[in-house]
Amino acid sequence: MHDFLGPDDWTAVFLSLRIAVVALLGSLPFGILAAYALARWHFPGKTLVTALIYLPLVLPPVVTGYLLLIGFGRRGLFGQALADLGIVLSFRWTGAALACAIMGFPLMVRAMRLSFEAIDPNLEQAASSLGANPVFRFLLVSLPLALPGIVVGATLSFARALGEFGATITFVSNIPGETQTIPTLIYTYTQEPGGDERALHLTLVSLVIAAVAIIASEIIQARGEKRLARG
Amino acid sequence: MIDVAVARRVGGFDLKVAFRNGDGITALFGRSGAGKSLTIGLIAGLDRPDHGHVVLDGRVLVDTDSHIFLPAYRRRIGLVFQDSHLFPHLGVRQNLLFGRWFAPRRAAAVGFDAVVETLGIGDLLGRAPAKLSGGERQRVAIGRALLSSPQLLLMDEPLAALDVARRLEILPLIERLRDEFKIPIVYVSHDIEEVSRLASRVVVLERGQVAAIGDPADVLPSALSDDARTDRASVLAMRVGKRDETYGLTELIHPAGTIWLAGAQGDEGAKRHVVIKATDVTLSLAPPQGLSIQGALKGRLAEIEALGPLAVAHIALDGDGTLLAMTTRRALDRLGLGLGLGLGQPIFALVKTAALDERLVGGA
Repeated sequence: MHDFLGPDDWTAVFLSLRIAVVALLGSLPFGILAAYALARWHFPGKTLVTALIYLPLVLPPVVTGYLLLIGFGRRGLFGQALADLGIVLSFRWTGAALACAIMGFPLMVRAMRLSFEAIDPNLEQAASSLGANPVFRFLLVSLPLALPGIVVGATLSFARALGEFGATITFVSNIPGETQTIPTLIYTYTQEPGGDERALHLTLVSLVIAAVAIIASEIIQARGEKRLARG
Repeated sequence: MIDVAVARRVGGFDLKVAFRNGDGITALFGRSGAGKSLTIGLIAGLDRPDHGHVVLDGRVLVDTDSHIFLPAYRRRIGLVFQDSHLFPHLGVRQNLLFGRWFAPRRAAAVGFDAVVETLGIGDLLGRAPAKLSGGERQRVAIGRALLSSPQLLLMDEPLAALDVARRLEILPLIERLRDEFKIPIVYVSHDIEEVSRLASRVVVLERGQVAAIGDPADVLPSALSDDARTDRASVLAMRVGKRDETYGLTELIHPAGTIWLAGAQGDEGAKRHVVIKATDVTLSLAPPQGLSIQGALKGRLAEIEALGPLAVAHIALDGDGTLLAMTTRRALDRLGLGLGLGLGQPIFALVKTAALDERLVGGA
C-alpha cells in the first residue's frame, strides 16, 4: 500500500498549477487588449494579425514548440538577447509558461472578442458623451460589460495550459522538478513498465482540476450575466 | 449658443445644415430620413463633417478649415437618446454620477439633489437599470446627461419609445429643466405635438436641407402641409385668458376668437402654441348656435385642396394664422363653397376642444 500520489507526482501537480497561473496572468492583459482591438478597431493588416493570433490553434503543437525553440532557445533570435539580460526560457519552467500562454492565447482571445463585440456600441458612445476619454471608457464600461467573456477566456486558457503537452515537451523538455508537468509525467509513466497505476492517479487529479476550473467559471459567468441582464 | 454649419455626404444622401439655437429649446423637426440624427451626430462628435464648423459658446468643436476636431468626450454636450442607454452594470446612482467624475471642476455644477428632485427619481437611486420601467429609465438618462454639467443638451427623440401616458409624464419635466437649469436644449423630433409644446424655435429639415427656421407658429404649419391627411394639423399662437373655476376650463384667446380648454393652461397672458388637427375642425357659414362645440374662430376661406372625396379648407384667420379644416367635398359643395366659389368668403371654424389634450398645448 502506498500513497495516492508520490513526491514526484506532487511536484508535477504544483509545477503544473504554477505554470498555468503564470501563463494566465502573463497573457491576460495582452489577451484583453488583442480581443478589444479585434472587436472594435479597424487597422491595416487586421486579417494578418487575426491569423497570427489564431495560428497556434491549428498548428501542430510540436511545430509551435519547435518555433519557440528556434525563437527563444539559447541561440535563438530573441533567446540570445534575453539571455544577455539574464532571462533564460528554454528548458526552464518559465519557458513552459510561455509555451502554455501561446497555446492558450487563441482560445482566450476568441471568447473575449465575442464578448466585446456583443457590447452595445451606444453604451460606449454614451460614456464618451458624458466626458469619459477612451481609457476611462474602456475601464469603466467596456471591460466590466465584457467580464463574463473574459472569465470564460481566462478559464479556457488556464485549462489549456494544464493540458499542454506537445509545445511544452518540444520547447522545454520533460525535466523532473523543472519542466515536468502533469501531462508530461503521465506520458513518462506510460513509457515505464508498471507505471499504469501512477498514470491513472495523475489522470484523476487532472480531471478534478479541470472540472473545478470549468465549474467555477460557469458560476462566475452566470452571476455576471444575471447582473448585466436588462429588464 | 451653438452655431452649426455643416455639410456631410453619406452614401447618396447629402446633408447641408446651418442654424443657430435660441434661448430655451430649439427643435430639429423633420420626418425620418430628413437628416436629423446625422446632424446630431455631427454636433455631438460621433461623426465628422466633410465641410463646415460647429461652435459652442465661442468654443470651436469642429472646423474643417482649420482642421479642428474635438472628440465627443471633450465637447461637453449631454446626449439623451430614444433608448436610455443606461449602463447595465451600474446602479441608478452610479449612472447619474458617471459624468460627474469627468466634468471640469470649475464648471457650473448642476446640483445632484436638484436634478434628482426635479426628475422625481429619488426612490430609484438604489436600483439597477434593469429594474426600471421605460419612463423611469428615460428620466434617469436625462438626469445622467444633466449631471455631466453640459453646455448643451442634445435630445434625440427622447420620448419616441414611450407610450402616451409616459410622454405626458416626462414632457413637463423637460419644460422644468429648460426653466430651472438654464441649459440650452436642442430637441430632435418628428412629433409636431412635442415640438410645438416645447420649442421656442424650430429648424425644419427636409431631405438634408433646412427648409425653414423660426417661431413654431410660423414654421410648423407649412412643414406639415405635405404630410398624410390623417396628420394634417395647424399650429396657432394663442394667449391664455381667464380661468373658469366652476367648470375647470381655461380660455385661450386668438384675434379670430376664443376657445375653452379643459384644465389649467398656465398664467393669464402666457403665450401658447395650440396644435389643432384638421379633422377636429368643422366649418359654418353662420355664427354657431345650439352646438356643444365651445370654440369658434372667424376667418376667410383662402384655399381648398382636394384629397379624393375629402378636401382640406385653408382658413385665413382674422388677425394671424391659418387653420386647416378637413371635410368631404360634398359638404363643401352643399355650403356653396366648392369649385373655388367660396374663396374669400367669411367663415366660422368650430374647434372640438375636447380633442385637444394637454400634449397639444405648449408654452413658448
